[in-house]
Amino acid sequence: MTKSKQLSSRFYEISEKEKGQILILLKGKIDIKNSAYLLKELTPAIKGNALSSLVIDLGKVDYLDDFGALVLLETKRLVAEQKGKFSIVNVKDNIKGILSLVNFESNEYFMPLKKYTRPNILVHLGESAIQNTDNIRFFISFLGSVILSFIHVCLHPKDLRIDDTITYMKKTGVDALPIVALISFLLGLVMAFTSSLQLQQFGANIYVASLVSIAMVSELGPIMTAIVVAGRSGSAFAAEIGTMKISEEIDALFTMGFNTTIFLAVPRIIACIIVVPILTLFSDLFAISGGLMVGVFMLDLSTTSYINQTMETLTLFEVMWGLGKSFVFAALIAWIGCLRGFQTRGGADSVGNAATSAVVSSIFLIILFDSIFAVLRSYW
Amino acid sequence: MKKQAIIKVKNLTAQYGDDVILDNISFDVFEGEILVVLGSSGCGKSTLLRHMIGLDKPFLGNIIIDGENITSSDGLYYNVLKKIGVLFQSSALFGSMTLSENIALPIKEYSDLSKSSIINLVRMKLCMVNLQGYEDYLPSKISGGMKKRAGLARALALNPKILFLDEPTAGLDPVSSAEIDELILLINKSIGTTMVIVTHALDSILNVAQRIIMLDKTTKSIIAEGDPRYLKDHSKNVSVRQFFNRKAKIRI
Ligand SMILES: Nc1ncnc2c1ncn2[C@@H]1O[C@H](COP(=O)(O)OP(=O)(O)O)[C@@H](O)[C@H]1O
Ligand SMILES: [Mg+2]
Repeated sequence: MTKSKQLSSRFYEISEKEKGQILILLKGKIDIKNSAYLLKELTPAIKGNALSSLVIDLGKVDYLDDFGALVLLETKRLVAEQKGKFSIVNVKDNIKGILSLVNFESNEYFMPLKKYTRPNILVHLGESAIQNTDNIRFFISFLGSVILSFIHVCLHPKDLRIDDTITYMKKTGVDALPIVALISFLLGLVMAFTSSLQLQQFGANIYVASLVSIAMVSELGPIMTAIVVAGRSGSAFAAEIGTMKISEEIDALFTMGFNTTIFLAVPRIIACIIVVPILTLFSDLFAISGGLMVGVFMLDLSTTSYINQTMETLTLFEVMWGLGKSFVFAALIAWIGCLRGFQTRGGADSVGNAATSAVVSSIFLIILFDSIFAVLRSYW
Repeated sequence: MKKQAIIKVKNLTAQYGDDVILDNISFDVFEGEILVVLGSSGCGKSTLLRHMIGLDKPFLGNIIIDGENITSSDGLYYNVLKKIGVLFQSSALFGSMTLSENIALPIKEYSDLSKSSIINLVRMKLCMVNLQGYEDYLPSKISGGMKKRAGLARALALNPKILFLDEPTAGLDPVSSAEIDELILLINKSIGTTMVIVTHALDSILNVAQRIIMLDKTTKSIIAEGDPRYLKDHSKNVSVRQFFNRKAKIRI
């Protein structure tokens, strides 16, 4: 008799009757706990041999789930790779049930999964070109839709959702006031301090007041406020609308006959363009008081002279110019926030992307429009 | 032979804020059985399920799963979590992962199988719920019914001892619902999984349930318990018979 190898453990016995004919007897319970172990043990025993047939005896298996079926399947694959014959004997009824449930007999498992083929670079290029055109088209059509909705709301003020608008005014304005105030105050402080280092050399301390007020009111106040609002509210708009979009709430609104732009975008935009200029005014005030602190406590200026200098420097035009800019910034932030929300498609991650992109786009637009304003003004 | 209770709900009172949803209810779920929880919508079925899983803490009472009291341990019941699988009412598939990644996630975490074995196992699981070929789809690209089935496959990923299903057949066509019912029965028979199912579908209750408990919105408690095929005609409670025989409530 030829050498007959014997390998065994608690869960299996491998025996080789004749050369290349292996019998595996499985025992007990084959499930998540031991399937990985079994696979590790059985694979070398099968792979090492020149195999002509393999029989698996399930007679002593009292429980087998799909993890067990996986063991059988992987074994079957190994045998098939060596062109051997594979068979299972003594299958109990409940195990038959499982095997048919996972469609064990089908050869499908041996076919590789339809691999997702990476499209070549031309396809990529084309796709992103199409996507970008779509984006631009949506960009423009959304702008149009917002303008039309505004006209509609002006003609039919009753269609404006007043309650929503007030809620958003509170969220965008009142709730942002502390942080805007703090940032502006510190900014005024820093500006006054830095400029005083230079101006002191010429004994021109009093011009600190002019510098702080002019810089804040016409440039930094509107920009700082807009950036804070973009970070707080622009992202929130995009996330809110984006979540509504992916959970089909916007489709529900649409089918109820609502104009989604009037329903969702217009209240947010109106709230923004009302409160952001007011926030900007506060920002100017706090920055000036920051400057005042430095002026009074470090530069020995009197409160009255500081305020007088400020009043002299600031013209009404300057203040209105700053507020006009913040009005435009507000419209941009709210518009881009809503736009990104409406553009959301897919799952939770796309909502995150929408919020991020809302902030990035609004900051870009803020700076871009600020430059445009600067150019305009120089040709005034 | 009396089977052993695997889940014990003892004097459970569930509240959201001051709203009492379930008032002092007690029942057992026995090992290997299929228990269906039913009742009109809004009566607290999902709430009951969330409490049994430990997602919400009871206001009063205890829930004991496989000998472990999940209400006393402060969220530290990982041992219990390994024994249960849940299909949520809204499927709760992870939107940024494909179906196979969704199912492979717990398998990768809790088993030592090799990558290629896991791929095959996932294919088997998807095959079980009749979704072969959809391995690389994102949840947003498949229909609601398919999401339900994929969610079921994910709940089954580790072949848990107990499976909680919240409305597994809601939103499915009759053929798919029947297939899900059959699948539930097959899994229960061949793997011996204990199932707690919330459903409204009458035919699937009569097909699948070995025992039901029926919740009631007004009394906030269990108004019927037992074999649905018997209760259908013999329950003393009118509203139970109405439910099973599809009668509208008579308005006075
Ligand atoms: N998170 C929650 N907060 C407050 N009340 C809730 C919450 N979830 C559900 N409810 C209330 O509990 C009751 C039961 O809800 P639920 O268990 O979802 O019913 P169903 O039987 O339809 O699954 C309902 O009246 C619902 O208003
Ligand atoms: Mg529910």
